[in-house]
Amino acid sequence: MSSGLPLWEVFIRGRRGLSHQHVGSVHASDAEMALRNARDLYTRRGEGVSIWVVPAASVSASSPDEKEPFFDPAADKVYRHPTFYRVPEGVKNL
Amino acid sequence: MTEPLDTSALQERFDGLIAADERIEPRDWMPEAYRKTLVRQIAQHAHSEIIGMQPEGNWITRAPSLRRKAILLAKVQDEAGHGLYLYAAAETLGVDRADLLDALHNGRQKYSSIFNYPTLTWADIGAVGWLVDGAAIINQIPLQRCSYGPYARAMVRICKEESFHQRQGFELLNDLAHGTPEQHAMAQDALDRWWWPSLMMFGPPDAESSHSAQSMAWRIKRHSNDELRQRFVDISVPQAEALGLTIPDPDLRWNEERGHYDFGVIDWTEFQEILAGNGPCNRQRVAARVQAHEDGEWVRQAALAYAAKHSDSERDVAA
Repeated sequence: MSSGLPLWEVFIRGRRGLSHQHVGSVHASDAEMALRNARDLYTRRGEGVSIWVVPAASVSASSPDEKEPFFDPAADKVYRHPTFYRVPEGVKNL
Repeated sequence: MTEPLDTSALQERFDGLIAADERIEPRDWMPEAYRKTLVRQIAQHAHSEIIGMQPEGNWITRAPSLRRKAILLAKVQDEAGHGLYLYAAAETLGVDRADLLDALHNGRQKYSSIFNYPTLTWADIGAVGWLVDGAAIINQIPLQRCSYGPYARAMVRICKEESFHQRQGFELLNDLAHGTPEQHAMAQDALDRWWWPSLMMFGPPDAESSHSAQSMAWRIKRHSNDELRQRFVDISVPQAEALGLTIPDPDLRWNEERGHYDFGVIDWTEFQEILAGNGPCNRQRVAARVQAHEDGEWVRQAALAYAAKHSDSERDVAA
């Protein structure tokens, strides 16, 4: 980080019933300023009813460039999907 | 932990994503040249948005009504927002906004040459909204499908907001064009001065555009400069007719065979001069930006000092 203000990731709940979604980032000296900046930047037209800001440095992320894909364990377990199973003809509501 | 892939396998995966029209996301491996091209383009785009606040901000205090003033204020605030969306997108590529601003301030990075023209009359605010934002929209719509995810997503937000910008400009100009003879003349004068610079916003002709082919291959760019310029002319001619204004091009005429308007030759020496720093407002624009940045320094320092003082409670990140 250079001498500037720290970076914060911004998450917004678009409306009630939806989860927060990442929309971008802002620079701010502290959480309160980050919330205000995020409001001014990402909700000028009523795009949100709730905002989260998270210090960008606090986000841990999976790495996409590893040889064995991180998500490999999910790829060979087709039996986790309902379409894997045989259902006899005529059986309903299953 | 697993071993990283070698470069050729990474390149192959990258090429595959591009070919499948998938998006490249921040932590993906990407060729260094792709990253550099994006940083250059997104930074230049961001710089254009914030420098673009100046020619319009010039008229906020002299807007002819409260309605127009509120609209212009909201529009200039949007331009600041667009700049920030774009700086945020650039920062996902591992650069720092402060460094990009330095590059703007010391001339290492450029902004759109259109903002080096002055806004001499109130009608210019209409012409800027109608033509400059109109041209920007045509450039930006295909960028919503740019191969780099954060840039594409920023463009979606921006395009949504730009349509208000263009309409307010058209409405303003339409009121003047159908007002008194003096107002009509003012509107015509604004069109006369902004038409050709707006056509130059699409960049040099395809034959001379140095970055185009590679950017098209990477799906950063989806249409050629000349293709987009033609689209802009075709859209603008009937709009000028509705305004009752004359586009200042004696060679402009419908070409039945091509299904497009033919238009005159663009004076690219003017474009090159402005790029070289010799436009009417180059020095003034950069000086005003540097001044604003320096005037804000004590505010940033004070905010950081305040955060440091209060960080002992729940936060430890504002270092």
